[in-house]
Amino acid sequence: MPRRAQTRRRVMAQTAMVMNLDKCIGCHTCSVTCKQAWTNRPGVEYVWFNNVETRPGQGYPRRYEDQEKWRGGWELNKRGRLTLKAGGRVSKLLNIFSNPRLPALDDYYEPWTYDYETLTNAPLQEHTPVARPKSLITGKDINITWSANWDDDLGGSPDHGDKDVILANIADQVKLEFEQTFMFYLPRICEHCLNPSCVASCPSGAIYKRTEDGIVLVDQDRCRGWRMCVSGCPYKKIYFNHRTGKAEKCTFCYPRVEVGLPTVCAETCVGRLRYIGLVLYDPDQVLQAATTPKDTDLYEAQRAVFLDPDDPRVIADAEHSGIPRDWIQAAQRSPVHALINTYRVALPLHPEYRTLPMVWYIPPLSPVVDQVRTTGYDAEDRGNLFAAVEALRIPIDYLAQLFTAGDPAPVDAVLRRLAAMRSYMRDINLGREPDPAIPASVGMGEEQMYDMYRLLALAKYDERYVIPPAHAEQAHSLEELATECSLDYEDGPGMGGSGPFGDASGTPTPIAVENYRLLRERQTADTPATPHAETTRVNLLNWDGKGHPPGLFPTSAPPTDNTEPNPEKSRRDDRDR
Amino acid sequence: MNPHAATPADTGALDSLLWVVLPYLALVAFVAGHAWRYRYDKFGWTTRSSQLYENRLLRIGSPLFHFGILFVVLGHIGGLVIPKSWTETVGVSEHTYHLAAVTLGTVAGVATLAGLAILIYRRRTVGAVFHATTRNDKLMYAVLALTLALGLAATVDSNIVGGGYDYRTTISPWFRSVFSFDPDPALMSGAPPLFRLHALSALLLFGIWPFTRLVHMLTAPVGYLTRPYIVYRSRDPQLSARAPRRGWERT
Repeated sequence: MPRRAQTRRRVMAQTAMVMNLDKCIGCHTCSVTCKQAWTNRPGVEYVWFNNVETRPGQGYPRRYEDQEKWRGGWELNKRGRLTLKAGGRVSKLLNIFSNPRLPALDDYYEPWTYDYETLTNAPLQEHTPVARPKSLITGKDINITWSANWDDDLGGSPDHGDKDVILANIADQVKLEFEQTFMFYLPRICEHCLNPSCVASCPSGAIYKRTEDGIVLVDQDRCRGWRMCVSGCPYKKIYFNHRTGKAEKCTFCYPRVEVGLPTVCAETCVGRLRYIGLVLYDPDQVLQAATTPKDTDLYEAQRAVFLDPDDPRVIADAEHSGIPRDWIQAAQRSPVHALINTYRVALPLHPEYRTLPMVWYIPPLSPVVDQVRTTGYDAEDRGNLFAAVEALRIPIDYLAQLFTAGDPAPVDAVLRRLAAMRSYMRDINLGREPDPAIPASVGMGEEQMYDMYRLLALAKYDERYVIPPAHAEQAHSLEELATECSLDYEDGPGMGGSGPFGDASGTPTPIAVENYRLLRERQTADTPATPHAETTRVNLLNWDGKGHPPGLFPTSAPPTDNTEPNPEKSRRDDRDR
Repeated sequence: MNPHAATPADTGALDSLLWVVLPYLALVAFVAGHAWRYRYDKFGWTTRSSQLYENRLLRIGSPLFHFGILFVVLGHIGGLVIPKSWTETVGVSEHTYHLAAVTLGTVAGVATLAGLAILIYRRRTVGAVFHATTRNDKLMYAVLALTLALGLAATVDSNIVGGGYDYRTTISPWFRSVFSFDPDPALMSGAPPLFRLHALSALLLFGIWPFTRLVHMLTAPVGYLTRPYIVYRSRDPQLSARAPRRGWERT
C-alpha cells in the first residue's frame, strides 16, 4: 500500500570526507598540491584551503580554536535558541564597516618571496649575493618570523605546546605529562558543514550550500567583501583575497568531484588516509540537532541526522526527493557512511561549534601502540592495548576536546575498536586461530571487523573514493571529442574575447575539467593535441613529446639565397620531416 | 511651473552648461555606468576592504566615516528632495528646520570628514594599504574629500559664520527640477559660490562613482535582515564554458 505523501521525509545528499589520522605522516603533500591547484595566485598567498597542523599546536590561523576571542560558529542563547556567536543580523550590519573579530594578517602570516634576481645580476663582489626575503604585501624587506606551519613537529615542546587552545582546557599536571606522550598531525580543509555559520554570516547571501552535493561555495560575482564569513567560520576556513576583495574558500574541488574524481588533497595524499563518499541526511533535522542542549551530545545528535542508505524507506524517500538512483547506490557503497555510522570509528572535528561539520576524523591509535611498545610488552596484544587505552587518559582527554566536545567515552570506544582490530588481525596474519571474543568485546562481529580492516588498511582507489558524477548530462562535451564546434577551444574565436575590464573581470572562464581518459588519449595520441591556430598557447604539461606544436619553437627566419645554410639547423629540419 | 523660473535669456551659456548639461551628463554616467559595471564587472564589484592589512585605525575611521555619511545622505534627502512647503505644512518652521539641519549637518559632516581624514592618513602611512591603493582610488579619494570639504565649508560659512542661507528656495528646487526634466539653471546662478562649488564637485563625484570602489554602496546588504540564514542553491545547470545552443539543450 503506498504511503501517504505527508509521511515522506526530505532527503539530501552530502559529499563528505573522513581522514584516518593514524596514517598521516605530516608530509604536507595535500597542502602543497591544493595550493598549486587553487591558491597559487596574487592576493591569496597566505591562503591554505588545506593545511596540516601539528597537535598539540596553535593551528592556522594561530589559536583559531579560541572562540571566546574569535566568536565563530553558533551558540545557544538564554532561551535555548541557536544564534550566531558573533551576533545576529542587526549586529552584523552595525559592525559591517569594521569587523571587530576579523583575524589580522599577523594571525596568519605575512607572505613573502625572495629577491632571486640579485643572485644573477649582482656585481662581482667578495661575498656571495643573497636572495633577501621581500614581503608580498608591501614589497619591502621583511624578517620572516612565522608562517602557516611554523610550529610543525614542535607540538609538545614547552615553547609552543602551551599556546595550544585545547591544552589550556586540560589541567596543568596533565600538560606536563602530555609533553612526554605524543604528537600527531591534523590535516584540515573546509568542513562543508550541514549548518554552516559562514553562510549564515554572509550579508550578501553570496555563500551557499549546493542542494545536490552539499558543497559550500562562495559566489565570486555576488561577494562584496563584507568579511563577516571570515569571522563567522569557527574553523577559519574562509579567507579574504586581499587583491580581489572577495572571500575564498575550499571548493571541495567541485570541478573534479562533479566528474567523479576525488579532491586534489585526497588524490595526492601519500598515506592514502582520505576517504570521500556520500552521506544521506534529513535536512529538516539539522536545526534540531544543532540545537542539542549539551555540547557532548552533539556527536550523537549529528549521527542521528544521517540516514541509512540501505533502509528501503530511506531509498524511497530519497528517490522521491529527486536523488538519482546512482547517487543512492553510491551512498550505499560510501566509505564515509561506513566509517561514521557502521563501524563508528570516525568523529567530527569540534562538534561544539554546532555547525555539524562534514569532514570527520578517525583519531590516532598509533601513539598508544608506541607507548606500549616502549615498555617492552607486546603492543598488539589485546589485554595490553586495552589497558593502555585505559591508562593513557591524557591523549584521550585531548582527543575528546578535539572530537567530542570533551566527552572521553566515544573516543575511548573508537580507540578500543581500532585496538581490537589490530589484535584480531594479528592472529590472522600470524596464522593463528582468530579469536571471536576480540570483536565481540567491542560490540562487533568477526566479519564486520574484517570488513573494517579491509576498508582501513587495503581499500583501493575506487573503494576509498566513491563519488558519483554530477548529473549534467553533458558527458559528450566533457569528453572533448572533435564533434563540438571546432572554435570552442580556450582562447578560440568561439569563446568570445575578454570583457572591457580584461581577463580578470567579467564572467570567469570555468575551470577546465580534465579526466583520465582525456589525459590518456593525449599521452597515447600520434598527433599533438593542441589545435592549430595563430594564438595557440603551448601547455607543456599536456605536450606528449611527439611533434612540436606551433609556438613551441621560435619560427625560423625565411632562408635567403646568399647565406650559407646552417648545417646545425638543416640537420634539425631533416629530423623533423 | 516654478515661481522662481527665469526666462531663458537671463541664463548665460555657462549657467546652462553647469546646471543643465553637466547634471544630466553626471546622471547618465551614474546610471549607465552602474548598469555597465554590473553587466561586465560583477567580479570587481566589491568594497576592496583593507582591514586585513590594518585594523587599529580602521576601527575608528571607518565607522566614523560611514555612519557620518549615512546621516549626511539622510540630511541631503531632507533638504533637497522634500520641498519646503511640505515641512511647513506639518508645522516645522524655517527656524526649527534650519537649527536642526545646521546642528545635525555640522556634526555629521565633521564626523564624516574626520573619519575620512583618518582613513586617508591610514592609506598613506600604512605601507600595505598604500601598496594596495590604485590610481583610481586616489582620484576617488580626492573628489570625495573635496566634495565633503566644500559641503561642510558651505554649511559652516553661510550658517555659522554668515547669517544663514536658505538653500531650500534655490538649490533644492533646482535639484528637483533636474529630475522633473524641467531644469532651471537660473536658480543656481544666485547661490553662494561654496554651494555651487559643492554641487559641481558632487556632480563630478557622481560621474566617476560607478567606475570606482564606491559602487559597494548600491549593494548595501539590507536584504540580510529578511533572508533565512542558510542559503541553498542548485548547481549551475551547465558545466561547460558556453550555454547550450538552441536545439542542443541537455536532456
